[in-house]
Amino acid sequence: MKALVWHGTADIRCDTVPDPTIEDGRDAIIKVTSCAICGSDLHLYDHFMPGMKSGDIMGHETMGEVVEVGRDNKTLKVGDRIVVPFTIICGQCEQCKRGNFSVCERTNRNAKLAEAAFGHTTAGLFGYTHLTGGYAGGQAEYLRVPFADATHIKVPKGIPDEKLLFLSDIFPTGWQAAVQCDIQPEDTVAIWGCGPVGQMAIRSAILLGAKRVIAIDRVPERLTMARAGGAETIDLTEESNVVARLNDMTGGKGPEKCIDSVGMEAHATTSLDAIYDRAKQAVMLESDRPHVLRQMIMACRPAGVLSIPGVYGGLIDKVPFGAAMNKGLTFRMGQTHVNRWSDDLLRRIEEGQIDPSFVITHTVGLEQGPEMYRTFRDKQDGCIKVMIRP
Amino acid sequence: MNRSVNPRARSAHDALARGLGWFSIGLGLAEILAPRALCRALGLPGREALIQAYGVREVATGAAILMSHDPTPWIWGRVAGDALDLATLATGFEGDNPRAGNLALATAAVVGVTLADIACVQGLTGDKRLPPPGTYEYHHRSGFPGGFAAAHGAARDFAVPRDFRIPEPLRPWRDGRPAAVSAPS
Ligand SMILES: NC(=O)c1ccc[n+]([C@@H]2O[C@H](COP(=O)([O-])OP(=O)(O)OC[C@H]3O[C@@H](n4cnc5c(N)ncnc54)[C@H](O)[C@@H]3O)[C@@H](O)[C@H]2O)c1
Ligand SMILES: [Zn+2]
Ligand SMILES: [Zn+2]
Repeated sequence: MKALVWHGTADIRCDTVPDPTIEDGRDAIIKVTSCAICGSDLHLYDHFMPGMKSGDIMGHETMGEVVEVGRDNKTLKVGDRIVVPFTIICGQCEQCKRGNFSVCERTNRNAKLAEAAFGHTTAGLFGYTHLTGGYAGGQAEYLRVPFADATHIKVPKGIPDEKLLFLSDIFPTGWQAAVQCDIQPEDTVAIWGCGPVGQMAIRSAILLGAKRVIAIDRVPERLTMARAGGAETIDLTEESNVVARLNDMTGGKGPEKCIDSVGMEAHATTSLDAIYDRAKQAVMLESDRPHVLRQMIMACRPAGVLSIPGVYGGLIDKVPFGAAMNKGLTFRMGQTHVNRWSDDLLRRIEEGQIDPSFVITHTVGLEQGPEMYRTFRDKQDGCIKVMIRP
Repeated sequence: MNRSVNPRARSAHDALARGLGWFSIGLGLAEILAPRALCRALGLPGREALIQAYGVREVATGAAILMSHDPTPWIWGRVAGDALDLATLATGFEGDNPRAGNLALATAAVVGVTLADIACVQGLTGDKRLPPPGTYEYHHRSGFPGGFAAAHGAARDFAVPRDFRIPEPLRPWRDGRPAAVSAPS
């Protein structure tokens, strides 16, 4: 089959690789009908996230049709249409039972590596480094879904892929980012980053009834899309002091809730701390650039909440933790517990409260995948979300 | 694994940046290893320590250019370094320097490299240049089939799970006590 394969920094190719086969009784194989490129894939593309090996198949936002089912899998049958959550879950461990699916205790087959890096293991993830299991990803014609009897979202026929695909990751991720804020009707929610995750977070905060949503980015068409969803915007190319601007917009008090949908590759070329981060990252004294995190801590109203869906991989530096501590801020973060929200979100799509396909700007075949990685990363051609149809 | 489609090649400016990175390292090593010979040739006696320090700067910048996925800020660093070099060379023209000819040649070379650095940084920035506002018509992409008014607060029925609630005292206060929870669970 054809698949998008990682070969090194900024080197992803459309290769021919062996078809996946059932390896365990709980597995299923799906024929991929649609998949997508995620901002998290960019951290691998740019190789800021450690733990990739040449030959790894990319992709963790996938849906398709079940074509083969393992012997012990009693919940799926050939022909079922499923969306595959990016977190692989066993459905039986203590964390899964609590709904903390992204920290499932059993699905990371490289648990030892994760323990060394993070102290404890977290869930296995598709197409996302050997730290999280080194499982082949879904930017391919076929995907083996391990623990498939639990790791799936059944979806009805008759709704197009475009509306359902993002149940795999970015829609529940934006949703959980907003839910982590426990939004109250009088809240102002500030959202850094208007990529796909930020866009979903904006829609989720509006659905959950935030009084105001303020979105921050520097890419004009992403800001336009943010306003389309009901957000006010701050354009970083025009405003260098985000914290002061947020204070102005909120009567000096700051937003109650702040969401970081940017993560470790935050952009900031105009400020001193940006140059400092670049230098440290280049000589490997720091792995992540916490520019947004610093701003959120300074901007947030005392006793407010910081919600962090943006991915960090390792060490950060010069975080004003004194401000965070003394302001009494609450930090909520994590990879998304996708399956915890799927039923509710599927219903909202079916009822027409939201149609997540608004975010797709490019639809291509697998062969154009490598090129689209670059287009998406460099924000060329108005690219916000790439959907791939293998 | 055969039959691969190559990713789009790196741009010409990326290649130029790598060239400048290697150039930085080469020049830097010369400055670190042979400061005396350089100073003699340029008629700048007593500047050996300064030249060595510049060498360290060159090597560090060069390494950073080669290692980072976006060399733009480091090429800016080179432009700043070029300015320093030119200022230092300029001091050599004071009085009558017997090596003024060499110095003029070196100055011309640095000016040339500075122009390359500037071209490179402009090219890299151009590659990444954002489109003018309004290029892409995304203002109809609300994602709300029923319109904004219907969507705003449509999910207030959502029962925030207990483990996602913020602590009671941190909720907004009304009439001297924390406001009631919107939906129980
Ligand atoms: N928690 C999870 O489970 C989960 C799931 C999916 C994605 N993510 C993460 O969410 C983040 C965003 O993903 P995406 O797909 O939207 O990626 P993206 O790269 O398309 O979006 C990031 C956006 O942030 C903007 N940005 C950069 N620096 C900024 C700054 N200093 N201030 C404000 N905005 C800035 C960029 O212009 C871009 O529009 C990534 O870190 C990704 O790894 C997390
Ligand atoms: Zn993702
Ligand atoms: Zn589990």
